[in-house]
Amino acid sequence: MPEFRKPKSLTDVPFHYCPGCTHGIVHRLVAEVIDEMGIENETIGICPVGCSVMAYDYFTCDMIEAAHGRAPAVATGVKRGNPDKFVFTYQGDGDLAAIGTAETVHAAARGENITVIFINNTTYGMTGGQMAPTTLPGQVTQTTPYGRNPNVEGFPVRVCEMLATLSGVALAERVTVTDPANIRKAKAAIRKGFEFQKNKQGFSIIEVLSTCPTNWGLSPVEAMKWLKENMVPYYPLGVFKEGAIR
Amino acid sequence: MERNLMKGNEALAEAAIRSGCKCFFGYPITPQTEISAYMAKRMPKIGGVFLQAESEIAAINMVYGCAASGVRCMTSSSSPGISLKSEGVSYMAGADLPCVIVNVMRGGPGLGGIQPSQSDYWQATRALGHGDFQILVFAPSSVQEMADLMSLAFDSADKYRMPAMILADGLLGQMMEPVTFASDEIHEHTAAEKPWAACGHGGKRPHNIINSLYLQAEELERLVVERFQRYETVKGELHMAEQYLTEDAEIVVTAYGSVARLAKAAVDSARAQGIKAGLVRPVTLWPFPEQEVRDACRNAKRVLCVEMSMGQMIEDVKLALGCRLPVEFFGRTGGVIPKPSEILEQIKALNAKEAE
Repeated sequence: MPEFRKPKSLTDVPFHYCPGCTHGIVHRLVAEVIDEMGIENETIGICPVGCSVMAYDYFTCDMIEAAHGRAPAVATGVKRGNPDKFVFTYQGDGDLAAIGTAETVHAAARGENITVIFINNTTYGMTGGQMAPTTLPGQVTQTTPYGRNPNVEGFPVRVCEMLATLSGVALAERVTVTDPANIRKAKAAIRKGFEFQKNKQGFSIIEVLSTCPTNWGLSPVEAMKWLKENMVPYYPLGVFKEGAIR
Repeated sequence: MERNLMKGNEALAEAAIRSGCKCFFGYPITPQTEISAYMAKRMPKIGGVFLQAESEIAAINMVYGCAASGVRCMTSSSSPGISLKSEGVSYMAGADLPCVIVNVMRGGPGLGGIQPSQSDYWQATRALGHGDFQILVFAPSSVQEMADLMSLAFDSADKYRMPAMILADGLLGQMMEPVTFASDEIHEHTAAEKPWAACGHGGKRPHNIINSLYLQAEELERLVVERFQRYETVKGELHMAEQYLTEDAEIVVTAYGSVARLAKAAVDSARAQGIKAGLVRPVTLWPFPEQEVRDACRNAKRVLCVEMSMGQMIEDVKLALGCRLPVEFFGRTGGVIPKPSEILEQIKALNAKEAE
């Protein structure tokens, strides 16, 4: 009977995340995959700007903190200089799909051999809950106090669907972590992303639909329910592209 | 040593490769594009990396990542592109990362023009990004110096763990001159010399973190103060200037980069007319060679600062001289290159004032 332990690839530093936030689960899944593949010694992680800015304290592999949105460019620099190492970025929706859109799209277009973990919780969490590029129509945020109006603020971006059109992408998959079955699927997707990288087969992105109970103004349980009822219909789960590019 | 006839931009790129630069990340912009073109040809042949980024912002962030992993790397651009890189430069300074950034200056502000200029002196020496920090700035004046200063820039960047800039201009970048390289071989430079690098810990050490975020004000203050203490060390060790006919000079011209060559011709003409003129040419712009400038002006009665700008380095000249001498300015800007005859007229005018 296997014992439940903290993954070896996570440090002893306690997470600073709010109760009910799913960053903790996703960090754990990434660390479990690193452990199971035995690649901690040769992995470099890139943190974003946002709630997971201090993820460099949580992973035991070498870590680099990037400027807002630039993680895919930073990862490109690491990977091109060290093609045999594993490189992953961990980014939120404002970071990846607003200020860092160009870096994301072009790293994907180049087929940069990196793995991107994309946390979509429809909000800028760290700065207190402003509208993100993924905020749903009608969703109330600090900067859409009357609800996001597509006539004024435009429409949310479906990142996986957009990137799936690019030839450089080996894996674009959307998962969530609302329950054990989905958590298992999320872990399998992350593992797949790292395996693609191991085999030098191109860019992989795993989008994880996540909660932000604090900024959504919901309890952790209500937040999971809100995610399933509102986010999943707009951001369908599943694989949008899969297959080696090389 | 073999002499090669090369464009300044190409000499600079070849020198970077011989200095052990393994990765180049760039974006096309006139008048520095020959650097990218040269790197695109050469890097694949030596097992290096040339990558054309999607933007200047991406290019400098690729440099940030590559440098963070301990690899010798660089980028190059021209004035408007350098403005875009300022974010990454600030982060590199904050994370104590070495790299080389080339600015082949053109006229500004805004899109400006594509003719040579020196109007980014303030940007390079004062504020290439937000926050309290400096970068090393080297100002070549010939194609040969484009090559020579490159290896010094890389070595100094590594030694002091800070970004270094080669501040050239379109004139130096585009012109051809003979150049010899200090080394026929490629200098090997490995991450093993950089124990701080984030390149995979191999199970041999605790994880390295490359970062510029410090939320505790006192901690951030301590780190910035420590960095400025290091800058004081740099100021003591790295200051270079060329002096020309300054021994008895009463009129001293200060100029850097390509303009210094025009000024030198003007100084020669002034001497031929019996005027005791001389030239001091800062080679490092940060740290500014204050002692050398003071020394060059020891017998001076008046100083003339010549630049391809509206007057930027003149502030450092005045600070170095402690306002003990009158410092006048002559410059052309917007891509207009001053003529030696124009500089000579200025020298003669100063000499006439002194004679009054």
